[in-house]
Amino acid sequence: MTTRTATSIFRLSEVDNPSSLVERFGSEDPLRLDCGVDLTPFQIAYQTYGTLDSRKANAVLVCHALTADQHLANRHPVTGAQGWWTTMVGPGRPIDTNRFFVICTNVLGACMGTTGPASTNPATGKPWGLDFPMVTIRDMVRAQAKLIDRLGIESLFCVLGGSMGGMQVLQWAASYPERVFCALPIATAAKHSAQNIAFHEVGRQAVMADPDWRKGRYIEEGTRPSKGLGVARMAAHITYLSEKALHRKFGRNLQDREAPTFSFDADFQVESYLRHQGMSFVERFDANSYLYVTRAMDYFDLAADYGGALARAFQGSRTRFCVVSFTSDWLFPTADSRATVHALNAAGGSVSFVEIATDRGHDAFLLDVPELFATTGGFIDAAARARGLSPVPSKGASADLPRERRERAEETPALSATRIGSRR
Amino acid sequence: MAVLALPEISPTRVDLLTVAEMVEPGSRVLDVGCGDGALLKMLSERRGVDGRGIELSQAGVNECVAKGLHVIQGDADTDLVAYPDDAFDYVILSQTLQATFAPRTVLEHMLRIGRRAIVSFPNFGHWRIRTHLTFRGRMPVTETLAHAWYDTPNIHFCTIRDFVGLVDLVNARVEKAVALDQAGHPVRVNAPWWFWNIFGQQAVFLLRRR
Repeated sequence: MTTRTATSIFRLSEVDNPSSLVERFGSEDPLRLDCGVDLTPFQIAYQTYGTLDSRKANAVLVCHALTADQHLANRHPVTGAQGWWTTMVGPGRPIDTNRFFVICTNVLGACMGTTGPASTNPATGKPWGLDFPMVTIRDMVRAQAKLIDRLGIESLFCVLGGSMGGMQVLQWAASYPERVFCALPIATAAKHSAQNIAFHEVGRQAVMADPDWRKGRYIEEGTRPSKGLGVARMAAHITYLSEKALHRKFGRNLQDREAPTFSFDADFQVESYLRHQGMSFVERFDANSYLYVTRAMDYFDLAADYGGALARAFQGSRTRFCVVSFTSDWLFPTADSRATVHALNAAGGSVSFVEIATDRGHDAFLLDVPELFATTGGFIDAAARARGLSPVPSKGASADLPRERRERAEETPALSATRIGSRR
Repeated sequence: MAVLALPEISPTRVDLLTVAEMVEPGSRVLDVGCGDGALLKMLSERRGVDGRGIELSQAGVNECVAKGLHVIQGDADTDLVAYPDDAFDYVILSQTLQATFAPRTVLEHMLRIGRRAIVSFPNFGHWRIRTHLTFRGRMPVTETLAHAWYDTPNIHFCTIRDFVGLVDLVNARVEKAVALDQAGHPVRVNAPWWFWNIFGQQAVFLLRRR
């Protein structure tokens, strides 16, 4: 039996009692999943930044990618790293938190406080493990919609996200067109490709081949399938980059040595880098969650829900779309984005599309890519004008708060002025 | 018809004003090769047009998006095929036809996607181009066609008469045509084609499916 590190114990505490806002849904409010199961009870962990205006018109929902979470613009409670999208979201950023009320939820099936396979199954008092029902992108979006209902927000100003986050954006626009004023799906696709399903399957098999996985019961048995999950992450990480970016960053450079060692040591920098990616990932992510969330992406095929015609998913939609892809992204290539754009055009939708030239691969949406911010910033500003949102920080809910609390809310963006959920 | 002022458009693009005057207010318009979106913006603000654009350059698309326009990065040769029939009232192609790989196919798609097509193009039959070629014996380089033959994006030049021939070939009919002289003023209305073909520096055609 392996010893748990301090980090992993902390991670487990995040599962049921996260250091985020949490909204709990009891037996009176079950979540009907695509697989036919009613999930109840369940909870959604989320972070908010900025202030909801008095008309509740300035809410922005950010949907996170496969292994990210709700901590997009604050220090991560487990790793201590800064938020994963501070380039996009924050004061003066394209998604300006002085102007917008930004919400980010941990997705269904994940492990940072929203119900997933690591959460406690109320029927057994043990972690769900593989008894957790299979979830889909649409289920994730349904869960988010329930949270948005609870927050009393009728229509979101914007829903945005990259990769799996972009899938949620497309699903939001299809499922709740009247609740999405504008949508920004980035580096994503309306269906997961065979190649991407194949990569995911490699990752899942790596996890399940680890003897410490224990048929998914590793939490109770006190083991961790770190090797398997690490390998899964290493393989996946390659798909997030590009050949050119890997070459630029590492080339054939050796790691802290003058000559090859004629062994299976990490002689090359790129090996060392990947091992580090794998090892740091297992400290913050649950192996079963990885199985479930990758599966959700595999099942995603928006057109299939609309008789095979993607255009029908957007028929009559008044949402303004801005679709973004990156030239070197081979995981979600531009052709995938174009398919979405063509469907939106066929449906008579309002759509803009930019393919940004970069050699940084799929991960470009998370990086400092000025063209991305120019495009998104321009789109968001124009849409905000069309919605009649004020360009200056609005006097909304925060004006009613006592001074001391308002200051605290401003210091720590994670502590939102509109606290509807309970913390911890 | 009211004269439309368009301060942000350079004098060399007065064809855009002529184009704009051909568009019925409140219609749906696709502008192919919309550049920085000046025409689309003007059409939407002053004629209540529901506009969409296609533009090749990322910088152009970004400018359009920042103006609140709906523009996709793409190319007349490859992207028109994805649009459904009758999606627009007008499909506009201004000063781009001569730069397309397959002008006939592009024009056919325009007339399939839109009930009407508006095309503006430089007239290669203009007297200055004729004299340039006749007396210097070299490919003409003018202010409006400023590229040398070896690096020009304009790979399919035509004259006004050539274009009229293509219109017949794709089974369309000319609803309106205007030839503009060097200063951008319309060449004498009701003049015969041969006259336009010599004195029109550029032409704007409003076409309709037969």
